[in-house]
Amino acid sequence: MTASVHRDVSTAAPTPDVLRDLLTTMWRIRAFEERVGALKRADEVHGLIHLSIGGEGVAAAVCRQLRDGDAVYSGHRAHGHAVAKGTPLDRTMAELMGREGGLCSGMGGSMHLVDVAHGFLGATGVVGGNIPLALGSALAAKQRGTDAVAVVFFGDGAVQAGLFTESVNLATLWRLPVLLVCENNGFAEFTPRSAHTTVERVSDVVAPYPLPRTTVDGNEVGEVWSAFSELLARARAGEGPALLECLTHRLRGHYEGDPDRYREAVSTEDWQRKDPILRLQRAGHDAGWLAADEPAALEAAARAEVDEAVAWARSSPFPAVARAAALVESGGAR
Amino acid sequence: MTRELTYAKAISTTIAQAMRADPDVFVLGEDVSAGGPFTTTAGLVEEFGAARVIDTPISEAAICGVAVGAAQSGLRPVLEIMYVDFITLALDQLVNQAAKAHFMSGGQLTVPMVLRTQGGAGQRAAAQHSQSLEAWLTHVPGLTVVMPSGAADAAGLLAAAMTAPGPVVVVENKVLYFRREPVPDPVEPIPLGRAAVRRRGRDVTVVALSRMVGEALAAAEELAAEGIEVEVIDPRTLVPLDLDTVVESVRRTNRLVVAHEAVRHGGFGAEVAAAVQHAAFDDLDAPVERVGAPFQPIPLSPPLEDAYLPGAAEIRSAVMTTLGRVPV
Repeated sequence: MTASVHRDVSTAAPTPDVLRDLLTTMWRIRAFEERVGALKRADEVHGLIHLSIGGEGVAAAVCRQLRDGDAVYSGHRAHGHAVAKGTPLDRTMAELMGREGGLCSGMGGSMHLVDVAHGFLGATGVVGGNIPLALGSALAAKQRGTDAVAVVFFGDGAVQAGLFTESVNLATLWRLPVLLVCENNGFAEFTPRSAHTTVERVSDVVAPYPLPRTTVDGNEVGEVWSAFSELLARARAGEGPALLECLTHRLRGHYEGDPDRYREAVSTEDWQRKDPILRLQRAGHDAGWLAADEPAALEAAARAEVDEAVAWARSSPFPAVARAAALVESGGAR
Repeated sequence: MTRELTYAKAISTTIAQAMRADPDVFVLGEDVSAGGPFTTTAGLVEEFGAARVIDTPISEAAICGVAVGAAQSGLRPVLEIMYVDFITLALDQLVNQAAKAHFMSGGQLTVPMVLRTQGGAGQRAAAQHSQSLEAWLTHVPGLTVVMPSGAADAAGLLAAAMTAPGPVVVVENKVLYFRREPVPDPVEPIPLGRAAVRRRGRDVTVVALSRMVGEALAAAEELAAEGIEVEVIDPRTLVPLDLDTVVESVRRTNRLVVAHEAVRHGGFGAEVAAAVQHAAFDDLDAPVERVGAPFQPIPLSPPLEDAYLPGAAEIRSAVMTTLGRVPV
């Protein structure tokens, strides 16, 4: 087995219809998260809030190719993955506000989003903490003889945890249908990757293991789509796990309200160049599948949908205090 | 019908019975296909094959996480952590993932997994292979914690654990593995959260965990010869705790001793003592006595380990103290 996949992007390039879908999803995530940031500052959204603004392309390109029966796991920066996997914006927003109508009845919040109906089995607040859970879901698919897969998103900060290596070892040993998607934004919380490890590329960390590994520009949506498509097809066919490293950039700090003094500000010009949404729109205009007025319409539609989601979430009551004890009871042995 | 089985054989028999009945039940852990160091999974791979009796690398954190994920996706893993001392490596998965998934998801996820492990000293295994760490587990909402004291309970409680809706940790005891007793055939589940009164007595109630149940019964036998009748209660399940059975007993005896092998400091006995004094303060005629190990790691040297381990003598002494007599 080869240790690395040499992709031929042209063979798996997304169609214009797919790209328009991805752009729509990215705008929904962008609009949702910008609003979440504002609502956090207004103390309407609660908890530790980690935004993925600037990294929407990875979520959109990966999740667009999955089914409800596939299991997706994510970390603390999970809104984009959840929305891309199909969680309704209103119930997702309500969850961030701690409302009864939230995906998780307001019990989990931003770092613990779960939507079983859409195969989003969960975000976690412990960095790298649910990588092996994705292996477990993949094992279940394998035991039952289905072609379902499990996908876990994590940041480059998770790679230095022992659990990551334990999981890569097990995934390859058992040839599990699991796709490890690393969003390498170069920062683990406040600290640059170079201060935590001498290995720059996450795909190099797994080099000794027999799994395809590939690094792509995570802000180039089509590239992510194509690379993932190939790895996904292998996993569905029973050919085992793979690692996709997406080099991204987060425009915001580690969490909303962090001091953010640890990195240089991104210039507007630089950001215009990197922003995955703007890049896809430029590509769409150049290739002719995106009309000049479409981006504004997509953005407006996304913002309107978010407005409705916020109104719905605000109208949802807070859960009854007794709900917490009831959940301990229903999850236990009685 | 019953058959005479060792505690270890009772466990493998119960797992096999569950695996025959439910194709979603599978076993994973270190050396499980070889039966493990105590033969608790012996014979399973021969009957069910390597796809359902999965040997794992020494990666306690990852294999616990695999069990959690498999359970969330509908399987019923029975995970073995070979020594409870190694559960430290899996605690993030157990405490932050397994115990909280149902709650944090607003009830969408369930984690029907069993984590089997074993603790206890007495085999000269020193400080990293002999501990009793159940109190840590009882401190985490979302985990059910079971400690069987004999073969029949090891079978019945495990059978119940394997059909429970949430994560159950079964803490076995290595010293008990090769003790025999009659076990129902087929194995019948014993409801979790229900204590067993092992001996009736009017003078003092002794609540004992795991191996200490046998020690309490031995102490009770000796004390009976002196005219002191001890009631011995085995909670079997620490969480949820059958406090009603304990309180009902204390209302009759007016005296309570709690005995476990774990260090007394911060042990589960403190929780039982606090709960009972709150529920039955006016019925108590003496302070609650706690029997447990001293606040030390477990020494290797045989005379030191023997001195460290609490047993029937310490229970007897604690009973005498509650009666206001000078322990002999």
